[in-house]
Amino acid sequence: MSVISYRQALHDALRGEMLRDDDVFLIGEEIGLFEGSYKITAGMLAEFGPKRVRDTPIAEEGFTGAAIGAAMLGLRPVVEIMTINFSLLALDQIVNHAAKIYGMFGGQARVPLVIRTPGGGGQQLGATHSQNIELYYAFVPGMKVVAPSSPADAKALMLAAIRDDDPVLVLENLALYNTTGEVPDHDEPAEIGRAAVTRQGADITVVAYSRMAAVALQVAARLEEEEGIDVEVIDLRSLRPLDRDTIVASVRKTNCAVVLEDDWLTYGIGAEIAATISDGAFDWLDAPVRRVAMAEVPLPYAKPLETAALPSAADAITAIRETLDAVARRRPS
Amino acid sequence: MLLAFYRQMVLVRRFEERAARAYTEAKIGGYCHLNLGEEATVAGLMAALEPSDYVFTNYREHGYALARGIAPERVMAELYGRTDGVSRGWGGSMHMFDVASRFMGGYGIVGGQVPLATGAALAIDYRGGAEAVVCLMGDGTTNIGAFHESLNIAALWELPIVYVVVNNGLGMGTPVERSSAEPELHKRASAYRMASARVDGNDPVAVFDAARVALDSARAGRPYLLETVSGRLKGHSVVDPARYRSRAEAEALQAADPVAAYAVRLHEQGVLTDDLIAGIDAEATAIVAAAARFADESPHPEVATLFDYTYATSVPNDSRRLPGEALFA
Repeated sequence: MSVISYRQALHDALRGEMLRDDDVFLIGEEIGLFEGSYKITAGMLAEFGPKRVRDTPIAEEGFTGAAIGAAMLGLRPVVEIMTINFSLLALDQIVNHAAKIYGMFGGQARVPLVIRTPGGGGQQLGATHSQNIELYYAFVPGMKVVAPSSPADAKALMLAAIRDDDPVLVLENLALYNTTGEVPDHDEPAEIGRAAVTRQGADITVVAYSRMAAVALQVAARLEEEEGIDVEVIDLRSLRPLDRDTIVASVRKTNCAVVLEDDWLTYGIGAEIAATISDGAFDWLDAPVRRVAMAEVPLPYAKPLETAALPSAADAITAIRETLDAVARRRPS
Repeated sequence: MLLAFYRQMVLVRRFEERAARAYTEAKIGGYCHLNLGEEATVAGLMAALEPSDYVFTNYREHGYALARGIAPERVMAELYGRTDGVSRGWGGSMHMFDVASRFMGGYGIVGGQVPLATGAALAIDYRGGAEAVVCLMGDGTTNIGAFHESLNIAALWELPIVYVVVNNGLGMGTPVERSSAEPELHKRASAYRMASARVDGNDPVAVFDAARVALDSARAGRPYLLETVSGRLKGHSVVDPARYRSRAEAEALQAADPVAAYAVRLHEQGVLTDDLIAGIDAEATAIVAAAARFADESPHPEVATLFDYTYATSVPNDSRRLPGEALFA
């Protein structure tokens, strides 16, 4: 075990896979000479050369599509899309091609492609650079979407994504890059499609992913210390496939749930989680499922407005307290 | 070679006519775009490829699949949506794929195949291979962003690819002159310092020769844009009566029918006789009839296979729920 940053964990996974398999190569804007907008690929060009660390023109549709085509011939490209906002320029290639090619041709062509891209607001980048649109990809059968919240998962899920024969979008997060945590030194891929119970608890289930899964753990620790509330935290880790059983099993135990998400509320990922709980744990529920999500506005630049729009630890604590209050009102004393 | 072109063209013609009939008999569903009028381009271009080369194309691809050597019965079975189809009934008319002949797909989204083909060329270059990629598209595709992004990338990285623009004068119902500011489409390559040429797409020999030049260039790391000019004898798809075309235009197209014109030319050269023409026609008709019979007898896919092709690497919790089923029993 070593304590390293989320950024370093991603870097280590990429470098390890580049050393292990000559078919793995990196492709994207500013990943080589510039060493990556967020420096995940620092030092890679010097170590592996321009063939395997390929800088591209600003042409997301063109280079993402080219990576898909290269994957169809058996290479294992890892595409960096500078932020998830720019993935919209490659939407046709991802949704209509990467996600469809295996099925549409009756299983004749595999697309072992990874798209790495960070989401997340809070950096005062304004409306077009602060979105959380992973839902667009998690909606599509044929895609796999993973969302690590810790350095250990960043490494393990990246390893799994690169070794998987399907297109996998790895959702990174701007606010998580500098967070640190214990990461195993050996290369052990995670299993895509499984959620993790990152904290056991008896009183309430909190479901989250990416940055909000890290926030959930902080909130749980604080609530236990200050108020003796025993929170169970589920980190989804995989948005597609979605591990519904782990969510439902937890809610059948705690009888109530709060979902934390960084995307917009209406039609968002939290809506799917709430519907899943309704389907699988209706008779166990003692309060409505509460969702904490971003305000439904294009994210503003001005700091007080941006802060107000983004979900926070305080918002999570309020939602948890109010849900537990609702439970107490319903339960016979 | 001259006779082989003719055989190929007649087979495509008869196949497409049979497909149109099967469509009206409701044996074929969805959209169905035919290569009628494009036979010379199909024959000349496909003959210029090596077996190890890769082909990416669009949704008007039945003829190219046949000329690439895919059995007509498997192409027809795909149109019928049956298990023996080239794409196991998952693709239909627009999405034919055959890994053995490196026929890397018909694609239904205009321009979708262009970045993919460019990436295949990147993979060849990455591995130091001698193969080339041919990426077919229609005239309308040259207005799509993916086309320009791809040509720029291919030229920048010196990839082994030939982009072929099959210019039949119409993007659905819109003439090239009304959709492209530069209607001589091959000239667009100049923006990327890419070599290009325009060739008569009604002449299989001219297409073959031009394709050879283009492929040699691509294999030497100089990607190429080849424009073939031909006509579309019928509508955009089987159900399109092409009312946007005047009677005079339609008659001119029929008069320039590449199959008939090529037959006359070979007849004059003494390569074709009346008996040969009749024989080749009967042979093609028999092949196509057998393909239709095969397709009709091929089984429909089992519903139990519905979830077989969502993922290549199986992972826990992938959804296998039918529409009416509850998530939790």
